Amino acid sequence: MADTTTHAAPAEHTSTGLPSTKLAMWIFLASECLLFGALITTYVLYRGSSTTPPYQHEVFDIAYTSVSSFVLLASSLTMVLSLVAAEKRDFARMRLWLVATALLGMTFVGGQVYEFTSFYHEGLKIGGPGSNLFGTTFYTLTGFHGVHVTVGILMLLSLVGMSWAGRLPDDQAFPVEMVGLYWHFVDIVWIVIFTVVYLIPQPKPPGT
Amino acid sequence: MATAASVPAHRGIIRRPTATTGWLSWFTTIDHKKIGILYGVSAFAFFLVGGAEALLIRAQLAKPDNTLLNADQYNQIFTMHGLTMIFLFVMPMSAAFFNYFIPLMIGARDVAFPRLNAFSYWLFLFGGLFLYSSWFLGGAPNGGWFGYPPNSTTDPSIGMTFYAIGLILTGIASSAGAINLAVTVINMRAPGMTFFRMPVFVWMGLVVQFLLAFSLPIVTVALFEMLFDRRWQTNFFEPAAGGKPLLWQNLFWLFAHPEVYILILPAFGIISEILPVFSRKPLFGYQFVVFSGIAIGFIGFGVWAHHMFAVGLGPVANTAFGITTAIIAVPTGIKIFNWMGTMYGGDLHFDTPMLMAVGAVSMFVIGGLSGVTHAVVPSDYQQTDTYYVVAHFHYVLFGGAVFGLFGGIYYWWPKVFARMLNEFWGKVQFWIMLIGFNLTFGPMHILGLGGMIRREYTYPASLGLTFWNQVATVGAFLIALSVLIFIVNAIVTQLRKPGLENEDPWDARTLEWTTSSPPPVYNFEEIPVVHALDEFWHRKYAEDKEGRLIRVPAGASDDAPDTHREHAIHLPSPSFWPLVAALGLPVIGYGVLYSWWLVGAGALLAIVGFMGWAMEPPVAD
Repeated sequence: MADTTTHAAPAEHTSTGLPSTKLAMWIFLASECLLFGALITTYVLYRGSSTTPPYQHEVFDIAYTSVSSFVLLASSLTMVLSLVAAEKRDFARMRLWLVATALLGMTFVGGQVYEFTSFYHEGLKIGGPGSNLFGTTFYTLTGFHGVHVTVGILMLLSLVGMSWAGRLPDDQAFPVEMVGLYWHFVDIVWIVIFTVVYLIPQPKPPGT
Repeated sequence: MATAASVPAHRGIIRRPTATTGWLSWFTTIDHKKIGILYGVSAFAFFLVGGAEALLIRAQLAKPDNTLLNADQYNQIFTMHGLTMIFLFVMPMSAAFFNYFIPLMIGARDVAFPRLNAFSYWLFLFGGLFLYSSWFLGGAPNGGWFGYPPNSTTDPSIGMTFYAIGLILTGIASSAGAINLAVTVINMRAPGMTFFRMPVFVWMGLVVQFLLAFSLPIVTVALFEMLFDRRWQTNFFEPAAGGKPLLWQNLFWLFAHPEVYILILPAFGIISEILPVFSRKPLFGYQFVVFSGIAIGFIGFGVWAHHMFAVGLGPVANTAFGITTAIIAVPTGIKIFNWMGTMYGGDLHFDTPMLMAVGAVSMFVIGGLSGVTHAVVPSDYQQTDTYYVVAHFHYVLFGGAVFGLFGGIYYWWPKVFARMLNEFWGKVQFWIMLIGFNLTFGPMHILGLGGMIRREYTYPASLGLTFWNQVATVGAFLIALSVLIFIVNAIVTQLRKPGLENEDPWDARTLEWTTSSPPPVYNFEEIPVVHALDEFWHRKYAEDKEGRLIRVPAGASDDAPDTHREHAIHLPSPSFWPLVAALGLPVIGYGVLYSWWLVGAGALLAIVGFMGWAMEPPVAD
């Protein structure tokens, strides 16, 4: 309100003092919580309900997915380092850490593609004859997350490109912070998904 | 955009357009007022199509054993009628009002993200056209607007796949719009415009945007699950593989009950603006109206299973949801009493907007009371899937929302178009619509309790349903006549030269009436400073020692317009990119139906659109 006008730059004048983009990002992420909430709910509801194999314990390689989860979580660190560099106006280092974040994200998505492929060859299908509820819910939930990571990678690379071409606003830390919010959110969602899908022991399917 | 001002000068991919007049400017506009008009015109066009579908339904039911439509056509028509009226008429018509008036009412120059606003509009339009293209591509959706599986997932026609994708598209549009308008209200208010000085319409707008932002993602997931089930034979709702059709019902109604309030709260906001103006009194119990609106928003998420009482959730769940449903009637009742309190002792002026608002409140009360009968579970068992339910929700959504929206149209028409709609024909429209409405939906209570099942395409004469069905059909055509009168009124009005004798024809209370009609592209030459609720009223009137109103001389408290400042206001230029980005998504939608190549092409188009958007300079160079 009126008192915030005194210490905010004219271009940043808003009723709350928060930049509108940041406020929008937070509302968007809150909305995304409901999206992943509904997806995770579906997965949990159908946990152990598959009537035909393959079942969870037959395809999961916890060690493999733990490593790729670690890679994704590590990318949150590089994201923060990029923001720190941007705030110090060290834009070369900022771009370096952004590229590192994108590479870690790509490693994760690549790992997911490999995982999906190998599961598929073990007979786990999302739909059609021979598919089961586990395949349907697993591919959908982790797939939606993978698409979110991919969108994040696109945003990271766009940031790098625009920073390189001098097309970012003078305060480059701000867009980095916004993309960072999204990126951390996607990482946090993965912690929930990894726990719910991979780590919590599955109920024994009927007849095994 | 907060960061835009400091962007270094550079060129985007293509030169940013500058024209703000001419036909092309409607495709590139990012002005919230033009986008509001686009929303309104598109929504009204869909209203006419949905109305034509309603007339077909009533014509088919006008006599027993009718063969005007066969069962398959009837299924498609009632489904499209519901989808059109909800998603393509009431929601975008509300968005039209929010877009046009929220920035004006809070003293802002535009919404927080003007280009995102344009993107929302185009995606809504393309989503609607996508849904309607199904008529030509193998059949429209036919599973009812709530699309229960396994009927909807196993239906052999392509219609329900269009349903899933079409609603995902309009859902993305609404989500983007919701975030945009919520940020606008929270962050773009003029100095002094505290939350509790905001007009109730803006408050209801804010509640609706949060309802949208938190309910749409849920139905989006449900729609994706339905899409996957239909397109790739996944097992979400496939009982043979262990899937539970009930999951759809829960996810859908967890969205669709808040959706009911998304449809009605905008009309509540409009009514809360109209009643004080035409009663010459401030809104009675402003805080109560605001907080009951917020309460409706919260409780609205806790009542969804009352749509499912008859599916067998068990006595505990049914009781709990019966209680929450009865509870949500309380804040709604508070609003009704506050509106009556506003009118009580007021200097009432029954111009058309007032008639529409009073009609909306009284018709909504009838619908609200039949709604309370649904909260009583044993009673609801008798009413589920009968015409009694159809009567109920038309009383709240047509009686409440549509009357309220028409009130808004008559009230704000002079502001938007600088011409007054004809009062005489407005009143004629109101009375014919009121009579036609009650003839159409009143008898449906009787039909429903008499055993007429919702969505049956015909009935035998021996059931004794013929008479009241004929009354309803006559009523429906009366409604059509009233809408026709409105169209003629609107066209004749628009053929006149613009210009208002009185820039404040209703003696209004809120900031939008401090601007010229139509408002200039920048809305306010100087951002107003707000001192009170009903700011404009307080600029016009003061009280003398005995508490009587005295008119403040014009210009005494108002800042005199300073035309020389015009050049100092920098607004972002129009843009093509929202249109391009929005065009990509329905192409992806067709691709999911027909070819992966199309998916790729659509994705490419969307990415190009978003990249062009991101690279664009704030003003054309």
